Order: sequence, then structure tokens, then C-alpha cells
Amino acid sequence: MRNTRATQLLFELSHPGRRGSRLPACDVPETSLDELIPERHRATAPTPLPEMPEPEIVRHYANLSTFNMCIDTNFYPLGSCTMKYNSKRNERLANLPGMVDLHPYQPESTIQGMLELLHQMQQMLAEISGLEAVSLQPAAGAQGELTALMCAAAYFRDLGETRTKVLVPDSAHGTNPASANFVGFDTLEIKSTPAGYVDMNDLRAKLDEQVAVFMITNPNTVGLFETNVREIADMVHELGGLIYCDGANMNAILGITRPGDFGADMMHFNPHKTFSGPHGGGGPGAGPIAVTGKLGPYLPSPVVAKDDTPEGPVYRLDFDREKSIGRVRSFFGNVGVLVRAYCYIRTHGPDGLRQVAENAVLNANYLLSRVQHILPVPQGDRCMHEFVASAAQLKSERGITAMDIAKRLLDYGMHAPTVYFPLTVKEALMVEPTETESKQTLDAFAETLFRITDESPELLHEAPHTTPISRPDEVTAAREPVLKWTAAEN
Amino acid sequence: MAYFYNTPQDQAEMLKAIGVKSLEELFASIPAPLQLDRPLDVPPALGEIELTAHLQELAARNTPATANVSFLGGGSYDHFVPAVVDYVASRGEFYTSYTPYQAEVAQGNLQAMFEYQTLICQLTGMDVSNQSLYDGGSATAEAVLMSLAVTRREGRVVTIGSVHPEYRQTLKTYLTSLGVELVTVEASGGTCDLEQLARVVNDETACVVAQHPNFFGALEETDEIAKIAHDAGALFVVAFDPISLGVLKRPGDYGADIAIAEGQSLGTPMQYGGPYLGIMAAREKFVRRMPGRIAGQTVDRRGKRCWVLTLQTREQHIRRSKATSNICTNQGLFALRASVYLSALGPQGLREVAELCLQKAHYARGQLTGLERLEPAFASPVFKEFVVRDRQHDVDGLVRAALAEGIFAGVPLGTWYPELSDCLLVAVTERRTRQEIDQLVAALGDRASSSPSSAETASYA
Repeated sequence: MRNTRATQLLFELSHPGRRGSRLPACDVPETSLDELIPERHRATAPTPLPEMPEPEIVRHYANLSTFNMCIDTNFYPLGSCTMKYNSKRNERLANLPGMVDLHPYQPESTIQGMLELLHQMQQMLAEISGLEAVSLQPAAGAQGELTALMCAAAYFRDLGETRTKVLVPDSAHGTNPASANFVGFDTLEIKSTPAGYVDMNDLRAKLDEQVAVFMITNPNTVGLFETNVREIADMVHELGGLIYCDGANMNAILGITRPGDFGADMMHFNPHKTFSGPHGGGGPGAGPIAVTGKLGPYLPSPVVAKDDTPEGPVYRLDFDREKSIGRVRSFFGNVGVLVRAYCYIRTHGPDGLRQVAENAVLNANYLLSRVQHILPVPQGDRCMHEFVASAAQLKSERGITAMDIAKRLLDYGMHAPTVYFPLTVKEALMVEPTETESKQTLDAFAETLFRITDESPELLHEAPHTTPISRPDEVTAAREPVLKWTAAEN
Repeated sequence: MAYFYNTPQDQAEMLKAIGVKSLEELFASIPAPLQLDRPLDVPPALGEIELTAHLQELAARNTPATANVSFLGGGSYDHFVPAVVDYVASRGEFYTSYTPYQAEVAQGNLQAMFEYQTLICQLTGMDVSNQSLYDGGSATAEAVLMSLAVTRREGRVVTIGSVHPEYRQTLKTYLTSLGVELVTVEASGGTCDLEQLARVVNDETACVVAQHPNFFGALEETDEIAKIAHDAGALFVVAFDPISLGVLKRPGDYGADIAIAEGQSLGTPMQYGGPYLGIMAAREKFVRRMPGRIAGQTVDRRGKRCWVLTLQTREQHIRRSKATSNICTNQGLFALRASVYLSALGPQGLREVAELCLQKAHYARGQLTGLERLEPAFASPVFKEFVVRDRQHDVDGLVRAALAEGIFAGVPLGTWYPELSDCLLVAVTERRTRQEIDQLVAALGDRASSSPSSAETASYA
């Protein structure tokens, strides 16, 4: 039951003298603080944190949680984010003490089970990607991109080449050009054709021997498989460049085709998307990368190695890799996410993974076929795991925008699609239903869209009407930022 | 498969509605030569019972900190996690939602983000906080990238040998690609060599990166480091231990421009190194150069107070190659855990946790260095970690001896510091009892040659 008045901040609920924890008495002989910490280092006042008893904390957060839509409660077709069901068994298993209470610097003899799991994960990701070497270290997809581009830069340095450019399609995620920039490359944008594919003429015009990497998202962000991908890869390879595949959309092709087979030299996985790691209100993710054999030596260290001994396999961390770019973070990686992804892959097996892709693509195409007469899909009547509809016509005829539709969906208890991305489609609504939804849910979503597009524009401009708040003033938020609570202002 | 809805009949109806004859036809846009003509070579599917047994079997071949007594630290710590933290973070409304792109159905997350930012500012004494980065190592790199942008200096970045070696390795990796020189000042005495620091910081230096308490657990002379950095027009970036702020001065009080931390201590389990929480707070004037998401307060169309993602023109989804960082997905769930943890502790609880760590670490240091075999490696004051030197030069032997007694004795430093290959980094959290500390002392002590203080503790073994 939603308690709509529960919007006070922690700090407004704080009351001097209340507390939510009791610590044990000190059981060692105590030394005075003066002797242990020189005064110049010591805090002069208590940290001004809120003071609350445990029941208040629970009620506060339990009430706050009811203001969130989530996969457990709502259809969440947020395109590109692959908001599929988060399996409860994976949560339980990742929280076994033998998985969760492990320190990153424990002796290897005390973590053989974990190292075996991670080694298997490396093997399985290599197989799924069709590539040879894997690093589990990157913390998120964007960091995976960055890491792979660093490997590419090191590879070219070793070849004695100074390539300066990275090519990125105009429909790519913003992380692609941002990652290229932080590895010191200049980004050149490649146009998309009206049909939604990489414009081969524009690519030919911009491709030269200064190009280090072409970053392609495949299936791409309008939900299409880049049919020319092999030809693109051949063109880039012929000039000595490398192909990076943004693996954000792997859900569409698991077991159907593999980036390594269509010419990619490097890719990242988003285990929090493809392998159902919970999104956590913004994270964590993980961003393991897979690369071809020639790039393997450049991957971050360590990787998990397996030694076969007479007593059976022994797993260890391999740091002895002289060409490695080093590290991109502390410790091994986002292991908690990887354990959940491992459980997911083991739950599905080879046939199940293929069925993930089949049902994801089936659901997306079914939904597309139901809504396209109301919301045209400029890039065709077929898609992979997601499609991008356009409200451009509705806007010009009736003044209804993609944002209006998105906001009104919230009133009907459905999360909005991703809106205004990719930038190549006007009034874009990017819809990704995922495989863990039913035909009935898809039908209900389609019928809700029909109903919304029949509603009065005035009603839609002010939507949502049933949520705790509606249409926050984002302009003022950015112009006069209030980024923390202060006693004086509230 | 337990997670799918579509029955063969559903599939048939849907295919018909689409106007295709088979599932294969949906993939017709993928050229046949590119399609995989065999099943993936991954192990066969497991039902929940089999999967559970399999994971339990793997877990049984690991030794968790709950089975052994752990004195391991070096950036990841066995601090206690109150049940209330697990409860809040395991609510589906938090862990199965995503980035609050639709503020109207994400006020829970947005308000929690705004509260987190406030808590981090209260904790650190800094002006503004973002909504989290990946971890301590990448937060260090992001702070340096931010310093390069703020100062418009790209010549040099200065760090110190006492900063976590993996943070420095991360930094090196990031800077290699950008061609920025990374200079590391020595800390052979366990803390920064201030004279050398003053020599290498110049007017091309974007920032000085220190850690306090540092990787060896020791306190750095932060006022002097800040002064050296500021006199040269460089920023002072400090990596702090959140728990230490129960007793130590806050970064905002000693002149830090950007304060970063590994936030794992604040309610996140160790989980073999991640996911953790990258904390970043800064001075207000740098906010538009900060990486990552930030929540802001505003009002809705009816005038009601609410929260939104703000200053998004810094971010990659708007600014693309000109963004302040490439970060997208962050560590929101662990920021939430940190908020619940800090709320549960409050000012008094944080001070008590910090004092328990401090007192117990000093007791352990006293007892261990009372052994004939061990001596303190450095003289500087420490917080919850310290370095001992093995006079017999056999740190691996010490670790093995302790392990035989069910104890993780500490982190051997030779991995990163060849000159400290006879040294062990020992961390003591509030969870360790006197009895456990005495067990460690007994396990590492040579009873035949032990000093009176360790002879006394040996009776606990």
C-alpha cells in the first residue's frame, strides 16, 4: 500500500539522540586518542549524519521503494536496456557465504571454486562471442569499450603505427564516442541510411589507414542486423583496422550468430542486460570483453588460468602477461554480477540461450506488427530484439510527442520505452519487450498505445496524472542546481 | 525454460500475426554464412535444484571470511553489514529498477540518490557528490581526468607510492592512452616524501593524488600535501577511507579539491572484489566537470518538491565525445547500501566503529610487534591497518602458518613492493575480537622465543 506522504528526507526525519545501531564494547585495552592520532588529524566535531532508529530507516526506504517502477512489478520495455526478469535463484546463489564473503586477496588455494567459476565464465563468453580471449575485469559496458580500445591502441603502438581515428555510426550509444575520446582517438561519425543501416558510401569516404577501429553495434540501435557487416569488416581489415562490436544487443543473437563470426575483433558483453543481472536502480553492471587471439595478450591483468596437475585442475590468477595494458579498476572485476550471469547461462544451456534470442525477437516483431499502423517504424516492418517507432506523424498532425506517449504510459502502469534515442529517428520510441513477457502483456501494451493515441493532446501534455509527481521542472533543476539537502534551505 | 511465457501455440499465433512461417524466418536478415550452424558449446541446462547443488559445490571449495578469521584489507574489508542494509537493497523496487529516466515512476530511486549525495557531503565535508562511480581504482582515474579538464594542464600528474598500488596501476593505464606523464613520489618511510613531492610538483601539474589513511594504513600529512599542490596551482585529490572519518578530519576540512573513496566499507560485502562503490565528491565550482549521474531537487508542474537527474549535459548520452566521462551504468545499488549503512550508524555509530577499528588495530600491532620475529615496518600513526616486517624474511610462511589455524593473517606486500617482500599488511575491523587477535598472535609467534606479552596471549591458542 503506497504511503504517498512518505516523501520526507532522511535529514528531516532525524532526531538528536536516536540511533539505529549498537556496537560492542571495546574488548582490548584502550589507549587514549591523543596517543594514537595526533590532534591535527582528528575530527573536531561529529560527522553531521542523520540520527534514526532502525524502524524509521526501514519505513522510510520501504515507502520510498513504492515510488519506483521495476521489473518485479511492471512491464519495462526500455529499449537498449534489456529489462528482462531477474531470476530469484541467482540472487540466492550469488549470496551464498562461499560466494559473497570472499576477500579479493585471499590465497588462491582458498578460492578454487570461485576461480573455477570465473574460468568457466571466460570459456563460455569466448564461445558465445566466437572470439578467443576474455577479460572479466571491466566494471560496465562503457568501461569494456574503453578497455578494448586501450588494447587496440597498444596493439597499434606495438606495430609502430600511429592511427588516430575511430569511426562510430551516428546511431551509436553515446558511450562509444566518449570511450574513444578518453583513449585519445578522434571520433568520426558515419551516417546511417534512411533504412537504418551503416551508409557504405559514407564509410568508404571516411575509411583510410588512419582508422584504428570501427565501432559497430550489431544488431544496431534501431533494432536491425547490419546485413553488410561482413563486408564492412573486410573493408576495415584490408586497411589494417579493427572492428569493435558493442554487445549491448546480444540478446537478439545468442546462439544464432557470433560477433567473431561476422568479423568483430573485439566486443563487450553487458551481463546485466543479456544475462539478466539486476540493474539496481542504475547499476551495478559488468563489462567483460572478448577479443581475437592477436589482441589477447593486451587484455588487462589478471586473467584466470587453469593448470592441469596429477591431482586435478588447479586455478590461479595470471599476472605474468608482459603486453597487458595493466588494469582499469581495482581487484578482479564485478564478480557478484558475473556469478549471477554464470547462473543464468548455466540455467539456459545451449538450447535455452538460442531460445532467449528467438523469443526476444519474436516478442519484438509481434509487438511491432501490432503497433506500426499507429506508430510507424521508419526502418521497416521487421526487427531483431527491439524496434524504434516514430511519433513524428502524430506530432505534426495532432501535436502529440514521443514524450507525451511515454508519460501517459506511466498512468497505465507500464514503463515508458526509451525516448529520443537513437538521434537518427525523429520522435523516437525505442521498444524492447524482452523474452520474459507474455503475448497478453504485449497485447495489453499495444492496446494501451492505441488508446493513448486516441486521447486528447491536452490530456497527454499534462500526463502522467496518477503518479506521485508529474513533469518535474528539469530546466530549473539544471540552471539553479540543488544537489544536496541543507538545513537552511528546507 | 522457467523464464519464458511463450508456448508453442503462442509462438504459432504470434508468427501468424507477424506474417512469417517460422522463427528462423525472423532471422532472415542475418546472412546464412554468418549464422551458427551448430548449438553453442556451453554446458547443458540445469534446473534450479541442480544449479543450486552446483553452486553449493563451487562455494564449498572457497573459504569465506565467515569460516576463517580475516585480517585481510588493502582496500576491501570485513566490516559488519547490518541486516537492515540487506533488507532495503533486496527490495525488488530497488534492485530490479534502472536508471531513473522517467522521474515520475522513479522518485524512490531519485530521492535515495539525493539523500546519498547529501550523506556523502556530510561525511566528507565536500560541497557536491555524484551518484557513484565503479570503484576506488576507477574513481581515482576519473578524478585525475577531471583534474586535467579543470586545470587545463595535461603535462603531469603526481601520485605517491603509498597510494593503493592497484589505483596507481589503473591511473597509469588510463594516462598511457592520453600521453600524460605520471610521476610517483616515494613513500619509503611509509608516508609521502614531502621534500620530493615539493620538487616534482610544477606548474604543469594537474593534480596530486594521495591516499589518507594510505595503503599502509598510515596517516599522511594532508595539510602539507594540500599546500604543495595548491601553491603550484594543482588540485589535491585524496582517496579516503569512509570509516576513518568517524575519528579523522574530513577531506573538506583539510583542503581536498576532489575526494574519492572505495565505498565497500559502507555496507557492501567483499564478494571477491566487486561490484563495489566508487565515491566522488568535489568542490562546488567543479560540479560541471564531474563524471557520472547527479540527482537534483526541483518541483513538478503542481509545485510539489521532487527529484530528477540533472546537469545531464555533462554526460555521454547528450555530449557524446565531449562528455566529462564515458560512464553510463554506475553502482546505484551500492550507493543505496551506503546510505542505509550511514543512516543506521549515525554520527555516534560511525565514531564507535572507527574507534573500535583504531583501538583493536593498535592492540594487534602492539601484540604482533611484541613477538621476536616481527617488528613495525613504519613509525607513522595508523588507523585500522598496519605493516609488520618479518625478521625471518618468510611472509609466505607466516601466511601459511596462520591459514593452518583458520586465519587469514594479512596481505603480503611483496606483490607490489619488492623492497617490502618481508612485510605483511594487517587490517583489523570492528568485527575482530581480542580472542581472534590473540589467536593471530599465537599463530604467528614462535612460542619458544616469544616475549612475555605473546607468551601470555599464547594461552588462548
